[in-house]
Amino acid sequence: MSDTVVVITAGVGTPSSSQLLGAQLGNATQRVLAAAGRPVEQVTIELRTLASDLAHQLTTHVPSPALTKAYGAIGRAVGVIVVTPVFNASYSGLFKLFFDLMDEGVMAGRPVLLAATGGTARHSLVIDTAMLPLFHYLKAAIAPVGVFAATGDWGDSSGQLSARVESAARAFGQLVVEHPGTPVEDEFAGDIDFENLLRGA
Amino acid sequence: MQFGIFTVGDITTDPTTGVTPTEHERIKAAVAIAQKAEEVGLDVFAHGEHHNPPFHPSSPTTLLGYIAAKTDRILLSTATTLITTNDPVKIAEDYSVLQHLADGRVDLMLGRGNTGPVYPWFGRDIRDGISLAVENYALLRRLWREPVVDWEGKFRTPLQGFTLAPQPLDGVPPFVWHGSIRSPQIAEQAAFYGDGFFHNHIFWPQTHTRQMVELYRRRWEHYGHGPADTAIVGLGGQFFMRRNSQDAVAEFRPYFDVAPVYGHGPSLEEFMAQTPLVVGSPQQVIERTLRSREVVGDYQRQLFLIDHAGLPLKTVLEQLDLLGEILPELREGFAAGRPAQVPDAPTHASLVAASEAERRVSTELPTAVDDVTGRSPYEAAEAGAQA
Repeated sequence: MSDTVVVITAGVGTPSSSQLLGAQLGNATQRVLAAAGRPVEQVTIELRTLASDLAHQLTTHVPSPALTKAYGAIGRAVGVIVVTPVFNASYSGLFKLFFDLMDEGVMAGRPVLLAATGGTARHSLVIDTAMLPLFHYLKAAIAPVGVFAATGDWGDSSGQLSARVESAARAFGQLVVEHPGTPVEDEFAGDIDFENLLRGA
Repeated sequence: MQFGIFTVGDITTDPTTGVTPTEHERIKAAVAIAQKAEEVGLDVFAHGEHHNPPFHPSSPTTLLGYIAAKTDRILLSTATTLITTNDPVKIAEDYSVLQHLADGRVDLMLGRGNTGPVYPWFGRDIRDGISLAVENYALLRRLWREPVVDWEGKFRTPLQGFTLAPQPLDGVPPFVWHGSIRSPQIAEQAAFYGDGFFHNHIFWPQTHTRQMVELYRRRWEHYGHGPADTAIVGLGGQFFMRRNSQDAVAEFRPYFDVAPVYGHGPSLEEFMAQTPLVVGSPQQVIERTLRSREVVGDYQRQLFLIDHAGLPLKTVLEQLDLLGEILPELREGFAAGRPAQVPDAPTHASLVAASEAERRVSTELPTAVDDVTGRSPYEAAEAGAQA
């Protein structure tokens, strides 16, 4: 199976600027990694399609097949690109819910590129004030360059956004090449030493 | 193959009438349901344990002891006995007494309990759940098997020269099942001791059930208890039956939609597609139940949850009548194609027979040695016989 980079976007509109930014970052990352001799497939997860599944898992603990598939894809990814719209000075509730319901340890050591979208550039610190602590807590390997795209960026012909996307993809790509995410260990594949458990180890 | 029912003992308002049963009514209903289960030919009645409202069964052996007196044949079990917050000494005592009163018609299913606030009421911490289950059960086994126990562990006061009273009936402890939804350590524990493994199966997709049972079977074989397909597996399930499947759906939906645990969540149709719940005709229940073999292989015990979410007692008893009607077909279905080496779930009678057989073997092949010389007195006799 070929290596994958997963793009998670929490945009709710169609089309959504978060989704658009995610696609640009995903494509740029693919180019960077191909040039580095490490081609990857891109898998996109649109959280809006999982919204009711997430709500149901939160209250009933029953994961839907679609949700199980999404978490499985992340557990196998060499890197993850996450994009959220800014809601009330932070990531959206849908975005947080997805990571709240993820099994512990899935993001640990996994390269992640942080990106966000919002109405104006005044929200751009959300990457540092909200997303960074979350992914630090999840022990992800956070790429040093994040991307924030404001509404104004999309109509800007000076090419500033695409330069930021390229720059972030290069930093993220390098991280993936040096420390690719490894598949989450299947806790049912290995053997438990019960004698150790009995000794309280 | 054993068929039975298990109940959590929830006190829930009937959403169609707004009537909430009293604790007294629910406790008495548990007795009526157990008696009915025996009457319709079921093999097992299992009751849960809870220490917080809206549940009533805080004293399972009191309840099961009373039911034992009101029934003759049905096997009484638990679903589950909290091995984390109960003192293993008290579990050994309580279930030993119950075993005597019920003439051996008792086994136990152990679980950890997932209600965080309950643990500190008993001086425990939910984060120690696995460690508590491992240590407490290791002690419980010794209490039931060794005449005098000296013991020291992490969680409980040490024991010096403790002898369990009463000893288990016929010297044979109740059979134990370990229940867990997705903790591999518990499947491992069941395999290590050669005990049964029960998967609740109700709230989870089949993949979780399958991986737990597969692990348990693989490790059962590893620990030398026999081939993987001889491990002792139990599954939960739930149904709501009416002769006509549309009637079943129409009647059950209001209960499903607001049920504790999974209410206000996925639709009835989604839940039926993703979990073992069947709401439909008797034929649909038969077909769906028989398909569980595709998930876990040939297994030993099937328990159904039928009395929760505020369903009135009258309806529950009707469900039991319908279950009784399809029981012959279920037994026939599970017997078809079942390999001869797949054993039945142990019962008191089978465990007594096995223990007697073991004793016979050990007297035929003496291994006792002289304390001082380290020699077997039988060696001299054999040498004499040869000379």
